[in-house]
Amino acid sequence: MTDSILNCGYVALVDSAPLIIAQELGFAAEEGLALNLIQQPSWSALRDMLALGHLDAAQMLSPMPVAMSLGMGSFPAEIDALMVMAVNGTVFGVSKKIADTLGPVTFGDPHSLPLAFANAGVDHLRIGVPFHFAMHRLLLAYWQQSALDLSVDVIAIPPPRMADAVADGRVDAFWVGEPWGSAAVHRDVGQLMFTGSQVWGFAPEKVLAARRNWIDEKPEMVRRLMRAIYHAAHWLDTRKNKPLAVEILARSEHLNLAPELIDPAITGHLIPARGAAPVHVEKFQLFHRHAAHFPWRSQAAWIAAQLGGTEKEIAAAKQCFRSDLYRQNLGSIGVDLPGASEKVEGAMSHETAVASSRGHMILGADAFFDGRTFEFTASV
Amino acid sequence: MQQDLSILVVEADPDKARQIIDALKDGGWTQVQALAQISGLERAIRRHEPDIVLIDMANPDRDTLEHISLVSDAKSRTVAMFVDQTDEDLTQAAVNAGVSAYVVDGLQMTRIKPVIETAIMRFQMMRKMQSELDAAKRALEDRKTLDRAKGILMRQRNLSEDAAYQLMRKTAMDQGRRVIDVAQALVTAADLLS
Repeated sequence: MTDSILNCGYVALVDSAPLIIAQELGFAAEEGLALNLIQQPSWSALRDMLALGHLDAAQMLSPMPVAMSLGMGSFPAEIDALMVMAVNGTVFGVSKKIADTLGPVTFGDPHSLPLAFANAGVDHLRIGVPFHFAMHRLLLAYWQQSALDLSVDVIAIPPPRMADAVADGRVDAFWVGEPWGSAAVHRDVGQLMFTGSQVWGFAPEKVLAARRNWIDEKPEMVRRLMRAIYHAAHWLDTRKNKPLAVEILARSEHLNLAPELIDPAITGHLIPARGAAPVHVEKFQLFHRHAAHFPWRSQAAWIAAQLGGTEKEIAAAKQCFRSDLYRQNLGSIGVDLPGASEKVEGAMSHETAVASSRGHMILGADAFFDGRTFEFTASV
Repeated sequence: MQQDLSILVVEADPDKARQIIDALKDGGWTQVQALAQISGLERAIRRHEPDIVLIDMANPDRDTLEHISLVSDAKSRTVAMFVDQTDEDLTQAAVNAGVSAYVVDGLQMTRIKPVIETAIMRFQMMRKMQSELDAAKRALEDRKTLDRAKGILMRQRNLSEDAAYQLMRKTAMDQGRRVIDVAQALVTAADLLS
């Protein structure tokens, strides 16, 4: 059988791993696919290439398909999220200079940090995020609601340049995906304060995205691609495979990063400051566990709400997280399916068993750091 | 002629920046500025009040520009990415040439289009020159590698230059590889063993 070639876009981040593993370990080939992985220099470029049909599918920041489908931002287009490709995996950190001003702080405590800033007289920060329509920026805005005395300038910086921006003083702080937070620590220009997962316990970070008309025209390709990514992510989230995963990712031509920079995101052992002991962060980044792939319609609704969407837009956003295709394409190979396609976001403060097709689905805690919950009353 | 547009070119490579500026100036646009450092972008936009900002699609700084274009307040000039849904050919041509444009709100299409077309032509030309340059460089590198590999064989196996080359060619044919790949492997192995 000749493999069908799919052009897939990605940005060099650890959470592009499911695409890389699907291709490198043959999960794509098992589905009769060859993934032509094309690295993109920026999220804007990736978006343009996908929207204009130069790419068939792409890794995307979870707010991108929502924003594009709602006509927000530079390039309105009908883009859907087929599945979630990574949950969590981002870090918030500050420059060495700010860290010195703060003095000793406990890593992983988004509650106390606003007070620590206030006590140290830090009332303004220039904060680097990777892109405008990024979960990083939404979580930053959400966390900032608890830091009323702190004013913030948000600057978009390409992740591989984040450590440089911290080093040369363009930004005082950063919210970035791995390995770029660890890279700043490694270079001793920054210190990590907390992780994205400590602000929202189960944030959809990256999605597998495609054009709606392509999805409609190529149901068979969509089915095979989703299965390949599913199997790759399952492999990635299996504990015994992690050392090998780090090695394959480091060696692949796609990331071109040192293993010690890839390891923290894959294993969840983060080093918050240069020379500090590693700290294990539960659910730092998930590819598969706790039904991480499932594109909850309520996740899309949360994103739309944070983007300032109207009730009608929130309803439209839900439609671009394709839980229907997930059920259709993965249910038939025995993947466990939750009974509902929406949940009250933030309601679970610990692991919770829920009704599912095979009866053993345990969802991960999805609580927000401030305990708020979000319910987007469903008609679908 | 109605060509009094202010154009800002974001390009770190001074040579490329100059080429784009020259092309635009030749086209009759006189107010063209280049910006090498994206960190000065907001200031540059305030100072030059550009009608059009041009940036290489391969430039990662595009995401910085996008964000500024999305959050700039009403007092400053808002630029938005140029996507013309009615003229998809032009949009595709720009993407293929690797140029993206951000235009000020309300600027007429008839005034935007010639600028973008000029940029597309220049980007295509630069891309062609770059690939020719790359090919020439690669050919030179390959020649050096082949000469080194030949030298190694001549010394180690006591062969003439011609025999050394024939041996590499035969090995390449037997293994279904290119001669340059065999030469590269030989050079690498020799480096490791030395």
